[in-house]
Amino acid sequence: MKRNSWQEYQKEIADDHYFYVRSCIRQNFFPGSEAAFLNILRNDLGRDVGEEARHTSCTGIGYHSDIVPLETIMTVVARQFAMMTEAGYEHFTSSCITSFGIYSEILETWKEFPETEERTREYLYKATGREFKKPKSLAHTSDIIFHHREQIGKQAVRPLVNVETGEPLKVVEHIGCHYAKLFPKSGIGGSEFPYVLAGMIESWGGEVVDYPERRHCCGFGFRNYLVQANRGYSIANSQKKLESMAPYKPDFIVANCPGCTMFLDKWQYAIAEMEGTTYGPDGQGIPVLSYEEMAGLVLGYDPWELGMQMHQVAVEPLLDKMGVRYDPAAKYLARNGKYIGQPEEAAVNLRCTSQPIIRKL
Amino acid sequence: MGKYFDMLMEDVRMREGLSSCMNCGVCTGVCPAAEFYCYDPRQIVNIVQTKDDEAIERLMKSDTIWYCGECMSCRPRCPRGNTPGYVIQALRTLSQKLGFFVESEKGRQQLALKRTIGESILRTGFCLYPKLVDPERHPEQGPVWKWIFDHDQQVYEQFTPVYRKEGCGALRKVDEQTMEELHRIFEVSGGQAFFDNIEACSERKAREMGYDGANEAYFNDVYTTNNGEHSN
Repeated sequence: MKRNSWQEYQKEIADDHYFYVRSCIRQNFFPGSEAAFLNILRNDLGRDVGEEARHTSCTGIGYHSDIVPLETIMTVVARQFAMMTEAGYEHFTSSCITSFGIYSEILETWKEFPETEERTREYLYKATGREFKKPKSLAHTSDIIFHHREQIGKQAVRPLVNVETGEPLKVVEHIGCHYAKLFPKSGIGGSEFPYVLAGMIESWGGEVVDYPERRHCCGFGFRNYLVQANRGYSIANSQKKLESMAPYKPDFIVANCPGCTMFLDKWQYAIAEMEGTTYGPDGQGIPVLSYEEMAGLVLGYDPWELGMQMHQVAVEPLLDKMGVRYDPAAKYLARNGKYIGQPEEAAVNLRCTSQPIIRKL
Repeated sequence: MGKYFDMLMEDVRMREGLSSCMNCGVCTGVCPAAEFYCYDPRQIVNIVQTKDDEAIERLMKSDTIWYCGECMSCRPRCPRGNTPGYVIQALRTLSQKLGFFVESEKGRQQLALKRTIGESILRTGFCLYPKLVDPERHPEQGPVWKWIFDHDQQVYEQFTPVYRKEGCGALRKVDEQTMEELHRIFEVSGGQAFFDNIEACSERKAREMGYDGANEAYFNDVYTTNNGEHSN
């Protein structure tokens, strides 16, 4: 019964014509993932995705740090919807889980407390002269990849399979708290039966690892990372997840939320430096991918074009398992082909034999 | 009796988040903050529903309400459909409106959040931007981030045509008219006044603590101080 419980948590996902808004965290740490999402949708799947240069942050990190009041974030969100309305779109999609939670919460609050929507419309008009229609559908960008997962599977050139053993790759997935804990019905599988990433993994040949702390927070905790004095909370919660998943020997982690992707990557570095502990099966870290990177690899994209050189935990062991052909010397080259130096070594990658040693070209 | 409770109930998150808690403690059982800190969301909700003004004021002046990470793990698990995380958000908002937040070490950190994330929003249109994540303040980001930080132009231009320039794409420079609209939204909706109040209360507290106002030294104090007595 539990195996199929995710099917009770379904949502309408539009098939085409999306209005796309970016993520503060994803564009900073995984800009190649945002580029890959647009390339996959537009070029591989032939879908229309509209973007508007005048949209801003939703201010969600400020809201969940309790410095941006509810009335203010509602008005900023209303302006994003005005951008969508003016561009002629009805299906809104966000590249960020914090934002997705914010949009879901605000639409629900407007429904539950209509006076808040009325006040927001007044504030927006007074501040900008703009008006808006509410979106017909709201999706996180992973929902859209999930919606097209079978089509991507048909176009796959590198399934999630270990090329040496022929076995499915073992994948830990992490959907991020604000994807479905706020409104379980707005996420595929809800918060207890996460399926948005699991569905992709299964469709592309991998095997999902179920482990005790699968639903535990990555440890961001907003103010608990953003203020230096509080970061013990953040690393301790990431450590709890990593300790829980390690015995299952995952080949990689895939995360839904850009913050979670970054924390599960960076805190592995910090734990290795602080305690000498690594969680990979052979003394290395566990590579952490965004779902756009996972989809991109499956579709045959070059890992450096996907931006995987920006990860702290080296991804080469995974690329080798998948049989991805890549140029180690191209990892640290600028667009003009010039070498731009490379990061110092780190304990989390020290046993990574595939890590290229590049001298100045 | 009930003065602060009534003020809290003006916040829609309180009306959505609390209706007769039965104290089962499921929220505490699943709470990442409760595992790490001396923290029990069940008790906070219970104190709030007593409507006891003195007890609620003590909460709003304490470190306790600042431990929650707002992951909202409590929300789907509560058998009564309550959301302790929403109650925390309402308490934090009121604590700042009334100036109580500066009375605790964790509360005083709101100034650091306002000056980093808040000012980034009003300066760039984004909550964060690469140059905000300075490796000096973020050693945990590691050597790859330092490499990106030091070579930002060459790294980012591989993935976005508009790094620090106007136009569609990642990490663009947000145009002037949009920034003006964002500033007006903050003015009209109370965001700017909220920021100003954080500054004013911090200025007062900084002087009380012996600083020459809420200057860089005070910022560094609130950003880094941890008395070591918060964790389990």
